[in-house]
Amino acid sequence: MAKQIQIVEDVTVRFAGDSGDGMQLTGSQFTDTTAILGTDVGTLPDFPAEIRAPAGSLGGVSGFQIHFSSNDIQTPGDSPDVLVAMNPAALKVNVKDLKPNATIILNTNSFDVKNLKLANYAVSPLEDGSLSGYNVIPVELAKLTVTALDGLALSPKEKDKCKNFFALGLMYWMYNRPIEITLKWLETKFKKKPEILEANQRALKAGYYYGETTEIFTTRYDVKPAKLPKGVYRNVSGNEAVALGFVAASLRSGIPIFLGSYPITPASEILQELSKYKDFGVVTFQAEDEISGIASAIGAAFAGSLALTTTSGPGLSLKTEAIGLAVMTELPIVIVDVQRGGPSTGLPTKTEQADLFQAMYGRHGEAPVVVIAAKSPVDCFYSAMEAAKIAVEFMTPVILLTDGYLAFGSEPMNIPKFEDLPKINVEYRKDPEGFQPYLRNENLVRPWAIPGTPGLEHRIGGLEKKDVYGSISYDADNHEIMVNNRQAKIEKVQTVIPELEIEGDKSGELLILSWGSTYGAIKEGIKKANAKGFKSSHIHIKHINPFSKNLGEILKNFNKVLIPEMNKGQMATIIRSTFLIDVVQFNKVKGQPFKVAEIENKIIEVLGGNNGK
Amino acid sequence: MENKIDQLVTEIKYTAKDFSSDIDVKWCPGCGDYSVLAQVQRTSPDFGELKENIVWVSGIGCSSRFPYYMSTYGFHSIHGRAAAVATGVKLANKKLQVWVATGDGDMLSIGGNHFIHACRKNVDLKILLFNNRIYGLTKGQYSPTSEKGKVTKSSPYGTVDFPFNAIKLADGAGATFIARSMDRDPKHMQEMITRAAKHKGLAFIEIYQNCPIFNDGAYFHLTEKETKPENVLVLEHGKPLVFGANKNKGIKLDGINPVIIDFNDGKHSINDCRVHDEFDDNPTRGFILARLSDLPGFPTPIGIFRQFTKPTYDGDYMKQIEHIKAEKGEGTYKKLMFSTSTWEVN
Ligand SMILES: Cc1ncc(C[n+]2csc(CCOP(=O)(O)OP(=O)(O)O)c2C)c(N)n1
Ligand code: SF4
Ligand SMILES: [Mg+2]
Repeated sequence: MAKQIQIVEDVTVRFAGDSGDGMQLTGSQFTDTTAILGTDVGTLPDFPAEIRAPAGSLGGVSGFQIHFSSNDIQTPGDSPDVLVAMNPAALKVNVKDLKPNATIILNTNSFDVKNLKLANYAVSPLEDGSLSGYNVIPVELAKLTVTALDGLALSPKEKDKCKNFFALGLMYWMYNRPIEITLKWLETKFKKKPEILEANQRALKAGYYYGETTEIFTTRYDVKPAKLPKGVYRNVSGNEAVALGFVAASLRSGIPIFLGSYPITPASEILQELSKYKDFGVVTFQAEDEISGIASAIGAAFAGSLALTTTSGPGLSLKTEAIGLAVMTELPIVIVDVQRGGPSTGLPTKTEQADLFQAMYGRHGEAPVVVIAAKSPVDCFYSAMEAAKIAVEFMTPVILLTDGYLAFGSEPMNIPKFEDLPKINVEYRKDPEGFQPYLRNENLVRPWAIPGTPGLEHRIGGLEKKDVYGSISYDADNHEIMVNNRQAKIEKVQTVIPELEIEGDKSGELLILSWGSTYGAIKEGIKKANAKGFKSSHIHIKHINPFSKNLGEILKNFNKVLIPEMNKGQMATIIRSTFLIDVVQFNKVKGQPFKVAEIENKIIEVLGGNNGK
Repeated sequence: MENKIDQLVTEIKYTAKDFSSDIDVKWCPGCGDYSVLAQVQRTSPDFGELKENIVWVSGIGCSSRFPYYMSTYGFHSIHGRAAAVATGVKLANKKLQVWVATGDGDMLSIGGNHFIHACRKNVDLKILLFNNRIYGLTKGQYSPTSEKGKVTKSSPYGTVDFPFNAIKLADGAGATFIARSMDRDPKHMQEMITRAAKHKGLAFIEIYQNCPIFNDGAYFHLTEKETKPENVLVLEHGKPLVFGANKNKGIKLDGINPVIIDFNDGKHSINDCRVHDEFDDNPTRGFILARLSDLPGFPTPIGIFRQFTKPTYDGDYMKQIEHIKAEKGEGTYKKLMFSTSTWEVN
């Protein structure tokens, strides 16, 4: 019974279930298969802070959203077209995000009294008509899975655990994706557990054929490959990309990596990822705390490593004093802050951009550092490389800001050729002739003279240094000279960072200024508003300290500047105080990224449109 | 490799002066830190290491000024973080011989966490703890080694907290060379330092150091001629634990309890004394010795409490890297980027 296939351009699917239901895995398999077909994808997992909240509870719902398209896309999608809900709690948590008329595939076996109660449903939503605005497809997912695994020597619980693969198989069928890639992946994953392998493979196939043979599914969809630039692609998450970018920087510069780090959500994956690269000589030191993480990295920088430390907000706070030491000693180090909802422990698994002030100003004394922010998972790769390059070329700490949204979000990356990566020019000082620890070059950069080099023995430290000579100096004038030098050096970085490019007209009524991970939603939102006749231009700021040279010039040419950011207006404050202009703030602090529609509506509002209201 | 360095070092014939930097030493007159500096400079030629491979790292405190006075590479870091900075130096370049100069506040208070973890990991660092039982640089507040009841600027009515015993702490945390010496016993300190230099692993020396300004005489009962023999027990490997002006007293072990015996009491002789074994496999006896200084009436031991070898953190780490490199081959850009599923877009 061949079913018709309908071609669509753009689909967003969300898998949701209990945190024990394997939704992250299901989602990433769907992503891989989809990406390999050449469709553009953007993904975003959403999981609870608790590793195992009580099964079936609202707090334990874990989700994974995939946006795939035959167009070039920038976000994981605003609102899902399809929700796969493994239990009532997953339905309850996610139904409000769906598009009108969205499809909901429900595992009806879990809609029993107990689970309904856990999800705070007095009446089953299957019966009370509350889902009438949706295309609900009830499937006995659990039961069908168990039936498909009949005869396998597994416990009922183990069999039940395979139901996510049944759901995955069904979605593969629905969106005309092959199951082979996941079948193969299962083979490597469960090489040593043939029964589990067999069970998952069977469940996957059963799900696929269920779509094929039952009457409930009348239509299949297909999303054609996107017209992406030529090249070889792979999928990367932001955290992965940061790690890869650093290793690439190490290969490019010939300087070995030292990472001192203490685990913290959502940054731990960078530590874990870099720990794999022993064959690249990467040293990862899981320190006793964040202070030791950065202190060891500073020691390693002194000894000639490409020194890194990775953390999130609470850890950045702990590293503050040591960053000042790196400023004073002018040693190269990259501090990655994967921002999360704060303050304090805040929302560990959610995203926010509220550490900007801390990155810019969170130190005692005059302690300028370079600050850059990545805009997408792929950009995390290039940003990490650039942070490393600036750090070693300017002998300075660099703070790289990413966030939870970038860290866990993923997208396809056109793998760059090694030769096309930026060169990193750095040499250790070898020549004792004329050596002085704080003698600066034309960029005000002091030499990197590492222990082990004969004739260059010298002492550095946190006490103020005498200009040129580097000995301790409490001299008032010298201190002012050194403070100015350190500041001027950071300003020099402006000479190596690119000028900003405006998307859209060079002048006009409205300029949207974005920074960091909001890039994708803002770009798409601007496009949509433009399509409705509400025109605006866009600049995206990656280099925050120093800013690109032409930023001030650009700002002057617009009547209004709108700055959407996931905080209470930190970039807005910086722009106001730096350029003495007013800006329109658009702030969101819900632990969730901007939706494209929110940006679109805001633009229309600022431009005086009524947006259909 | 090491032989080559030994040979080079022998050829160079360093003297103490080669390790002295040209800046003025700014400790207070009579400060015990001068003695530590002198002993380190005197013994540095015997470290078997090229000068450019020696790194001194410190935190903050009077004692932490130490690296400035050495002519080696040096890093005066921030308060408490010396062990962590030093660990980074060592992991970045295992050829370096890394020394740490620190104070009782720096290493046992604000830096306590880094200290115990460096010990636990057995990082190949040599730590000299300048213990003056006071915060010198901040002008005289009590420290975690100050005796209970001590009156200081921040404890005008006496402290109510119990002090750390640094030797017990280091041993308990996993250091593999644990020793104590005193500023006013230069020969002894030289021996401790030289032996620490030869140790592979975390070597810890607690140095009783007088601060004539804020805690003068804290150790005079141990360091002054008249009282030293009665109060100090010099630990020497293979020798009985004997002390006293007439060498007439000793320590014997009664189970796990130390007992002072008097050779003149007609009941005991030197043969009853515990013979010191610094390579003792069992930590218990070293720990008993470490406790002596806390027990009223017992002498305070100086010398090596215990030393033993176990793999160093840095050594094993580098071995792992070599092993993985041998197994997988040196990392390349291609391996880095293509280690996952890829697809081509034409
Ligand atoms: C973060 C921080 N807190 C406090 C201080 C002030 N401070 C400097 S040295 C010191 C204590 C020094 O005592 P110790 O380590 O015993 O060294 P000493 O001066 O006695 O040799 C303190 C509290 C500081 N420099 N940094
Ligand atoms: S204050 Fe005490 S420890 Fe510090 S230099 Fe003076 S005498 Fe030495
Ligand atoms: Mg002290």
